[in-house]
Amino acid sequence: MIGETHTGRRDFLKSMGGLTIAFSLSGAGCFASPENDQLLNDLPDDSQINAWIQLLENGRIRVITGKMELGQGIKTAIRQVAAEELTLPFDSTVIQIADTGETPNEGYTAGSRSIESSAMQVRKAAATAREYLIELAAEKWKVPAAEIEMKGGRVVSGSYQNSIGELLQGKQITRKLNGSAEIYGKTRRQVVGHPVRRDDIARMVTGEMTYVQDLRFDGMVHARVVRPPAYSSVLEKIDLAGLEDDYHVIRDGSFVGVIAEDEWKAIQGISKLQDRITWRETTGLPATAGLKDHLLSLETDSQQDEQEGDPATAIPEASAQLEATYFKPYIMHASNGPSCAVALYSDRQLTVWSHSQGVYPLRDSIATMMGMSADDIRVIGVPGSGCYGHNAADDVAAEAALIAYNYPDRHVRLQWMREDEHLWEPYGTAMIMKLKAGLNAQGRITGWIYDLWSDGHSTRPRGDAGSLLPARYLENASPWPSGGFRGGATRNARPYYETGALSLSSHIFSGPLRFSALRGLGAYANVFAIECYMDELAVKADIDPFQFRLMHLTDPRARDCLTELRAMIRNISPEEGQGIGIAFSRYKNAASYCAVAALVDGSKQDRPVVRRMWAVVDSGEVINPDGLKNQIEGGMIQSASWALMEEVKFDNQHVTSHDWNSYPVLRYQEVPLTEVRVIDRPDQPPLGAGEAAQGPATAAVVNAYYAATGTRVRDLPIIKQQAG
Amino acid sequence: MIRTFSLTVNGKSVSLEAEESTPLLYILRNQLELNGPKFGCGLQQCGACMVLLGDQAVPSCGLPVSAAEGQTITTLEGLALADGTLHPVQQAFIDEQAAQCGYCLNGMVISTVALVRENDQPPEDLIRERLDRNICRCGVHARVIRAIKRLSES
Repeated sequence: MIGETHTGRRDFLKSMGGLTIAFSLSGAGCFASPENDQLLNDLPDDSQINAWIQLLENGRIRVITGKMELGQGIKTAIRQVAAEELTLPFDSTVIQIADTGETPNEGYTAGSRSIESSAMQVRKAAATAREYLIELAAEKWKVPAAEIEMKGGRVVSGSYQNSIGELLQGKQITRKLNGSAEIYGKTRRQVVGHPVRRDDIARMVTGEMTYVQDLRFDGMVHARVVRPPAYSSVLEKIDLAGLEDDYHVIRDGSFVGVIAEDEWKAIQGISKLQDRITWRETTGLPATAGLKDHLLSLETDSQQDEQEGDPATAIPEASAQLEATYFKPYIMHASNGPSCAVALYSDRQLTVWSHSQGVYPLRDSIATMMGMSADDIRVIGVPGSGCYGHNAADDVAAEAALIAYNYPDRHVRLQWMREDEHLWEPYGTAMIMKLKAGLNAQGRITGWIYDLWSDGHSTRPRGDAGSLLPARYLENASPWPSGGFRGGATRNARPYYETGALSLSSHIFSGPLRFSALRGLGAYANVFAIECYMDELAVKADIDPFQFRLMHLTDPRARDCLTELRAMIRNISPEEGQGIGIAFSRYKNAASYCAVAALVDGSKQDRPVVRRMWAVVDSGEVINPDGLKNQIEGGMIQSASWALMEEVKFDNQHVTSHDWNSYPVLRYQEVPLTEVRVIDRPDQPPLGAGEAAQGPATAAVVNAYYAATGTRVRDLPIIKQQAG
Repeated sequence: MIRTFSLTVNGKSVSLEAEESTPLLYILRNQLELNGPKFGCGLQQCGACMVLLGDQAVPSCGLPVSAAEGQTITTLEGLALADGTLHPVQQAFIDEQAAQCGYCLNGMVISTVALVRENDQPPEDLIRERLDRNICRCGVHARVIRAIKRLSES
């Protein structure tokens, strides 16, 4: 019931004659730092094989992968590259997604790596399959392999031609990936490089698409969780008398789950239970007002990350100096569909249906939390609402597992309420960026000092229990994870510009709110700061912002993006009260290049509106140009919302941004129109783009607001809301 | 109080038992197994749960089933013709590939159907006004606006 290709491995192995290429997907076994980059394993030893592409006699291609579909159209891109290498139509491909029982262990879908890693491995595997077919033909026809090719799904050479079935003759053959197979996709581009439509959108508009929220099983019951008033509250007393007829209550320490046969009844159960619980409340949060000073007062784990030359001397010797401090508040993933999971505990086996970004690490963390063997747990990946990083998907799955464990033999569906998601998800951390630079008489930067303050950027499950929200409230509680990894905070901390002498330092604090990975990690705030600062420096040097950036960029691809963007907006004339701002970054300084312009209407100073946004993106070889544009357009709009109005508010007790009124986001009346140009470079490797627009889009909006109003915003968001 | 309700959903009459305060959303999803309308907030703030009540797009998460009796209810599943031909609004969303995760799509399609029933060539201001109740976090708004403009041009 999960989807169109829910075929088990047993079926996969006993199916008709076929050629299977076994390979390794890059994330395998790398749970330790899911946000880190990982190297590809082109030629795995047998122990590393965890993915397969299967070419059937009838010309169908089946790809088995552990990647989740996250709304980024990765499935479409993977199918495109496979079809291209086997010269088959796009429609001849199917793909199967994450499920710990049936698909390879690929760690996490994160960090804009799906195209760069998974799709490229699938491409090489498909090319390996083609080369093997050509080998078979060469032997059969006594023709050199170099004179044989595939066309239209057939193997051909001069007057010889065979179908796949004719060559395989009912045999089942398994081979390993050959990393040096020729890639047709680089030159032929019959399927790759074209805007192939996603077939899931047709199911979305008719309601046929199955999200985890839509799973329905016979005898399924509905659960909700009763939340404490603060992170560190403790349940002192609970009175369950008289509820037995309508509710089954699961209580373990300060964790309280309520089960009812009917969903509405379960929802009503939350407030009924809440009235019967005495919490020992706790305070201690610093409150949103004054957060910046509070964060700067925290103890930090500080280090200098990079030093080149002596900026401390170069800056004072320069002809002009500028210092600026920027602030990015906590912001939410705030998925439109609150997190949800279904769990069943039966016969000592636990099955969980989840929209987690990593079903294996989640399984291992649940095993630790429950004291179960991971072998007795199966986590099945099902699409959910867009998540933009590590949201509450894993938490709700762990809670559903706990409840189901204590209520065996019935499917338990746990749907978080809007308030659960807003108040309890792990937020993107607040950050502070301090910059200091010097300019010479020609307006060139001669020295640059950058200091950033940040919490960690990932508390994803990695086999521990504490990363799962409910584990902290159990009788046998697990501690919160801390630290995260520094690499998230310093992502894009180094400017892509020539700055002369340079010093970069990071100061990692342990902040007041729960945090984890949000789209772009530290790159979002670092690029915001660097690109707004570049704008301020350009004004100080009295040089056009395009020109000022080009003066300091040597990479021709970066320069091309800015030059193209300048051409794109050449004919735009801002009206009275409007202004244009620009920004640029190369994500991770190694992935996609993205230059963004924004047109902001500042005529109502306290309520600026972003009217239009433009982007130029260079992601190397483009697999699906419309998929790429969709990511960049969506990224710009989401980032504009972050820049304009998003900030998690809290008081001394807990977060107060509990719904869409107290945490407003950009809506249709104020959303910009968008336009994206793609620079396609088929000769270059494809580069991840899902997070490329976040930083430059916010900086472009802030710079446009300055151009429109003359007011420089260094503390986000631009529109300050009343306390929630 | 639990009682029997008669509803007209996607052209069919159905009779069911429910607690009368139950919001229509849970009836549609859990009793009638219609997955089009989605739970987004339960607060009538986000539009994910919208259905057509007559010709009006309304959130179903705050509407008690008792208030929906006697009204014509249409969900996403009821928009296409019997032969499977999609409603022009559905087709326009596909043609413009106006979706990412698709969770909010139900509400946007429903809002747009209500809008074009009233005005088949809506100006951009009106499109923005009528879809303002629909939250999207992936940022497909600009594509949706293009889809609706394309629809009114054809």
